[in-house]
Amino acid sequence: MRGPLLRLVFVLGLPVVLVAVWWAASAGSKDVYWPPLRTIVETFPDVWTGERWRGDVLPSVLRLAAGYALAAVAGVALGTLVGSRRRVRAVCEPVLEFLRAVPPPVLVPVIMLFAGIGDTMKIVVIATGCVWPVLLNTVEGVRAVDPVMAETARSYGITGAARLRRVVLPSASPQIFAGLRQALSIGIILMVISEMFAASNGLGFTIVQFQRSFAIPGMWTGILLLGLLGFVLSVLFQLVERRVLGWYHGLRDASRRS
Amino acid sequence: MRGVNAALGAAGLAGFLALGEAVPRLGLVEEDYFPPTSRIADALGTEITDPAFWTALGDTLTGWALGLAIAVGAGIVIGVVLSVVPYLREATASTIEFLRPIPSVALIPLAVLLYGTELRSVLLLVVYASFWQVLIQVLYGVRDVDPVAEETARSYGLGTWARIRHVLWPTALPYVMTGVRLAAAVALILAITAELVIGAPGLGARIAVAQTSQAVPEMYALIVVAGLLGLLINVGARSVERRALAWHQSVRGEVTV
Amino acid sequence: MLDVRGLKKVYEGSGRRIEAVRDLTFTVGAGELVCLVGPSGCGKTTLLKCVGGLLAPTAGEVSLSGRKVDGPPPGMAFVFQEYGRSLFPWMRVGDNVELPLRQKDLSRARRRELVGDALASVGLADAAGAYPWQLSGGMQQRVAIARALAYEPEVLLMDEPFAAVDAQTRADLEDLVRRLWRERGITILFVTHDIDEAVYLGERVIVLSASPTVVREQLRVDLPAERDQVHTRVAPRFAELRTRVYEQIQAAKRGAATPAKADMPPSG
Repeated sequence: MRGPLLRLVFVLGLPVVLVAVWWAASAGSKDVYWPPLRTIVETFPDVWTGERWRGDVLPSVLRLAAGYALAAVAGVALGTLVGSRRRVRAVCEPVLEFLRAVPPPVLVPVIMLFAGIGDTMKIVVIATGCVWPVLLNTVEGVRAVDPVMAETARSYGITGAARLRRVVLPSASPQIFAGLRQALSIGIILMVISEMFAASNGLGFTIVQFQRSFAIPGMWTGILLLGLLGFVLSVLFQLVERRVLGWYHGLRDASRRS
Repeated sequence: MRGVNAALGAAGLAGFLALGEAVPRLGLVEEDYFPPTSRIADALGTEITDPAFWTALGDTLTGWALGLAIAVGAGIVIGVVLSVVPYLREATASTIEFLRPIPSVALIPLAVLLYGTELRSVLLLVVYASFWQVLIQVLYGVRDVDPVAEETARSYGLGTWARIRHVLWPTALPYVMTGVRLAAAVALILAITAELVIGAPGLGARIAVAQTSQAVPEMYALIVVAGLLGLLINVGARSVERRALAWHQSVRGEVTV
Repeated sequence: MLDVRGLKKVYEGSGRRIEAVRDLTFTVGAGELVCLVGPSGCGKTTLLKCVGGLLAPTAGEVSLSGRKVDGPPPGMAFVFQEYGRSLFPWMRVGDNVELPLRQKDLSRARRRELVGDALASVGLADAAGAYPWQLSGGMQQRVAIARALAYEPEVLLMDEPFAAVDAQTRADLEDLVRRLWRERGITILFVTHDIDEAVYLGERVIVLSASPTVVREQLRVDLPAERDQVHTRVAPRFAELRTRVYEQIQAAKRGAATPAKADMPPSG
């Protein structure tokens, strides 16, 4: 058993060292592109004022949330439909494989044609980019329901909605979450670049503005904030996943031990 | 059974293409925004006779392949080093957990400032995004090494290198292959993104040009090419994975990480 | 009670035609415990799935209390060999047992009562809050049995339920099945490939032939109702019955080895 102190050293040690190295190496830097870390940190509160949080960060996050939620619901619903019918799956699979393979960023110019450059465009871009990994993973998960479990459900008369809710979806949930995880990183990419393409507010927009106006420390704070956002969302995702898939991790550990 | 599935799949594809033809023809969506399949096919035909298209495709593939190669090489080496050197894995865990979810598109402005539209801009984004995919899978793979096998190897006095070669690597290989497959898909996404947003030469830049010049069918044709490229990469990566692991008792599914 | 008449099951797929069950006729009376035993690969599972309404027979019919079985009937419960895959790993033990009851029109309190009672009678009263994968194999199979009990079936179908547990656990589970049968008066159809198990458990043993399956012999087990692992298994009558079943199964195997006379489907 290790002491909590030692664990803390392990967790914080390297990050502290890295930040210190960055701080020291960049101190007094005259290179315009690599301003001293000190300058960046000092600029941060000036740049990210309450107004910016409300006017840029919040809209970005809301658009991401809306698009991601749409994709999750649509992906799971369609995936369940396609996955539980063998014929439907055979018909749809090649098309879905192709649509998934289209690199999501190219959706931005297409969807701009239909939806202009407003919030709708960004939400639709995020949703259409995120839906494929969720959909295909759901199809895979629903298809792979254990035959013994399926027969157990059938023999006890568990059918229809109850079967879907209590047997099929839980059994597919590890796969669904793998898809949701992939979709999250795609969603963040699309949030940023849809704003870089055409927007009047948002994180991506602001960062590009800074870069174009050579406000380099401001740009750096934007990069840091975006990194932080990615990190926070990933932590949130993990918390949800741990809760929902607690049984799955337990099962895996149990079978690994034996 | 297989034949039936293939026929159904082909029917699905044909239906998809027919739908793409019918929907704009019937006026359900505007033809200017969504050209019928036949017009996209026409535009595709013109594209592939244009040498500039092939140059762009070559540029995209160069950025993709080079970036992927660097990411895979670095991911494997760093992953193995982190796992073999005592305490290094624990010491770096929090840093990796922090750096990994940082979206690589955050680096776009930096790439623009540092390298402009050069290939290096593309590489920066591609390598950053795909490196983590490989690294994480390597770390997972190494963690899966059977402690009994490891101890047996130790008790027979195998050195560090021999242990890596004969115990660690074979166990981790399936995970590494999964990592490479995921990284290959991510690398393409980021290569196209860099070209589209920054304007580095390649398919993405060509799509951006088609968009700004209102050449809608050409834009769709290029998107179809990007999709086919993605499909080729996915299918290729999967078959390489399967072939490389045919001997292995368990071709593993994706790890939720 | 349970009537199986002229049951036949042929699998057809990709040009091959496999006759798993040829012609089976037997009955199980209400409250009886009948063991089906046969050489491995003799279509026992196929037969049981047809009886349970999980597979549609090619010919013949199964009826439960005079009603034809054409889908899992509400009065039947199934216990599978693969306990690890038959319990749902995302549900706690209590929820696993309760799940089938949700389909019935029962009050919450009644469901609770049935679950508690079923878990208590398999000796797992305090495991309701655990996940199945936290339990040993034998305990998991107990949970599966409890789930079947809570369902209050008229007929309990058990498909080699103890084939995957160790010998000690197996003996305990056999005694559990005997006890539950005597206490609750359920009709049990128990499939096994283990001759000792069949004789020890059953009131009647039906010996099946090799695939394509027919009934080879039916034996009444005239051992006392009160059985236990130590004394019953060394009783001379037990040995006689066992030898009899053993001989029948050996003969069944040889029958399968000799070139089939009428086994092939008529050509043309």
